[in-house]
Amino acid sequence: MPDSGRPRAETATETLTGSQVVVRALIEQGVEVIFGYPGGAVLPLYDEIFKQNAIRHILVRHEQAAVHAAEGYARSTGKVGVVLVTSGPGATNTVTGLTDALMDSVPVVCLTGQVPTHMIGNDAFQEADTVGITRPCTKHNYLVKRPEDLAQVLHEAFHVARSGRPGPVVVDLPKNILMGQAPYRTAREARLSRYRPRRDPDPDRIEQALDLMVEAERPIFYVGGGLINSGPVACELLTEFVRATGFPITLTLMGLGAYPASDPQFLGMLGMHGTYEANMAMYDCDVMIAIGARFDDRVTGRLDGFSPRSRRIHVDIDPSSINKNVPVDVAIVADAERALAAFLEGWRRRAHRIDPRRIEGWWEQIRQWRAVDSLGFRQEGEVIKPQYAIRRLHEHVRDLDPIVTTDVGQHQMWAAQHFPIEKPRRWLTSGGLGTMGYGFPAAIGAQIAHPDRLVINITGDASWVMMMQEMSTAIQYRLPVKIFMLNNRWMGMVRQWQDLFHGSRRAESYMDALPDFVKLAEAFGAKGIRVEKASGLDAAIEEMLAHPGPVLTEVVIDPFENVYPMIPGGAAHNEIILSPADKRDEGPLSEEGMVLV
Amino acid sequence: MRNASQQERRHTICVLVDNEPGVLARVIGLFSGRGYNIESLTVSEVDHVNRLSRINIVTTGTEQVIEQIKALLARLVPVHRVQDLTVEGPAVERELALVKVLGDRERLVQALRIADFMHARLVDSTPGGLIFEMTGSSDDIDAFIALVEPVEVSRAGVVAIGRGGVVLEPPPDVVATQTKGEGR
Repeated sequence: MPDSGRPRAETATETLTGSQVVVRALIEQGVEVIFGYPGGAVLPLYDEIFKQNAIRHILVRHEQAAVHAAEGYARSTGKVGVVLVTSGPGATNTVTGLTDALMDSVPVVCLTGQVPTHMIGNDAFQEADTVGITRPCTKHNYLVKRPEDLAQVLHEAFHVARSGRPGPVVVDLPKNILMGQAPYRTAREARLSRYRPRRDPDPDRIEQALDLMVEAERPIFYVGGGLINSGPVACELLTEFVRATGFPITLTLMGLGAYPASDPQFLGMLGMHGTYEANMAMYDCDVMIAIGARFDDRVTGRLDGFSPRSRRIHVDIDPSSINKNVPVDVAIVADAERALAAFLEGWRRRAHRIDPRRIEGWWEQIRQWRAVDSLGFRQEGEVIKPQYAIRRLHEHVRDLDPIVTTDVGQHQMWAAQHFPIEKPRRWLTSGGLGTMGYGFPAAIGAQIAHPDRLVINITGDASWVMMMQEMSTAIQYRLPVKIFMLNNRWMGMVRQWQDLFHGSRRAESYMDALPDFVKLAEAFGAKGIRVEKASGLDAAIEEMLAHPGPVLTEVVIDPFENVYPMIPGGAAHNEIILSPADKRDEGPLSEEGMVLV
Repeated sequence: MRNASQQERRHTICVLVDNEPGVLARVIGLFSGRGYNIESLTVSEVDHVNRLSRINIVTTGTEQVIEQIKALLARLVPVHRVQDLTVEGPAVERELALVKVLGDRERLVQALRIADFMHARLVDSTPGGLIFEMTGSSDDIDAFIALVEPVEVSRAGVVAIGRGGVVLEPPPDVVATQTKGEGR
């Protein structure tokens, strides 16, 4: 910050306005970009942002999109994403995004405006109980009531958002706090000691885990998004360790990219729409090494049928994720990077005593499962199969190291299955909350962070419409995001469940009136492409990639294609359905299963 | 944890927290949001210098649920320590109750007699009415209430403290930094 020659600019006694304190704290925290939307309560802060050039503000068209964009920024960079919105509706519109960030452990700091402290509780214009509303959907939140707390709160907010299991933090800023005088404190002067999650693994537990691993005959690594959050070094250590052991590995939806998808030891994604080999290996394994994954219901299927004969090792930085759904034998609370470094060191120490032949039979079994080719599909004629569309897209962009975002539904699963991700921070999807509308603003956030990279939003017609106003944002900032929309005119996943569980009664899952997406794109000032025939797909993809600005490519697909394989709700991994022909009257489609979401 | 008991058990959990706005809402919200029971809850500031409050919670759950509750409490930012006295004990548990009895002379004399042998203290007397103060275990208080058949009861909830060397202290660095700072 420019200073009028005062010698001790950074001391705790220096007094600024509240807004100046906020901007200075953001700069000190390394913030380069804010995603936001102005309004009455935050005008003093916008005024301060206007007067400086260190932080760039990206104006979205809806506050939910601001949070998703911050998530996309955070997950593609590893930095904290920052959001700024006004009070009342500005704050309430962030709730979906904040919940999404909480479920998927994304570091976000969301600054919300608030009415002046003396008006709080009076039902003032654009007043909402923001800390009350966001308490259950944030990792932590603050209402700043005293100017002297402001700098401390902001520094702690960033510390909490990025430490341990990352998550969203809300700081509610009453307008009089922003306008009044407030002292500045540097990050070094801030007190951060009350939140200090454990990062180093217990060495005894590491040894116990290694004891299980060296004896294992049917081992498997089950790895989740915690690895991506731990960072690229953790992912490198994982790859090194998995290769040193020779064990197979499966990744969760959130973990894709933590291990190279093209590696022969990778069995594909597991869970409800995971591969046959990954799910069968989870069912039959004798030692499971779970790292940065949380045994969620989309992964485990029916709990009493989950991996019945395995001993389990679980590494997680959040103690509350351990023994939550599935009891484990060796619990290790630690940062994945440090646990993996310890594993690798211990494994090498023991290497001379380990017999690699003991897992040969296991790999033979896995080869047989793989031969089933559970992701197989047939592209015949001119009707485009969604799987084919995703694979062709991948063929065209594989050497460009793209960042891929998705929305939620069938297209998301097809993308997870058919678009191999080789490196971390290239795959941004809404896993825990399943937020339709996540993908496009997340792509905008990722493109802001990586202006020269290819960013693709693989989406569906229903999802994209939920956040389509953000095309205006993409145009304003000249963000060349490529939207690859699989249009089947259905809420495809809803219809798939209606077909499976509700006698094919397709209640309200069909969109009777969709816009002309080409004209819609053009109305925003973007480029629109429609492709309806398989023979035109390659040309359409090339045209999309060649255009320098944002493009909406509408791929009209086979409207009745469903996602397979599938473990229906309430079924176990070994009850996986491979194709529609596999659907039985008896079997995994149970009454109990229907109750599950 | 592998062979965790499925049997539900009552646990007394003590939590040392920063006394700041919203901290109780965070603790209660954690229970209500995840469907856990709170049988009793008490809260009061116990360290005025460092602004620390102690929350005593009595809850019931399987071993797995109790472990989950403790882990969720511990990860809240204003929480410094979580102590499960049912596991980490032995502990002393006490509850205070105000018990009002109304009735004719005979009824009140009867209540006074019961109060006398159960060590409840008479704290207020009006024509036709008495109020007793009783301190003891929750079971003692239940027994007293069952005998005197009151018209109204006010209970403070369980307060608990570990015996001997079982001490719930804030981490030393928290006390150090908070005392050193300008205070809040």
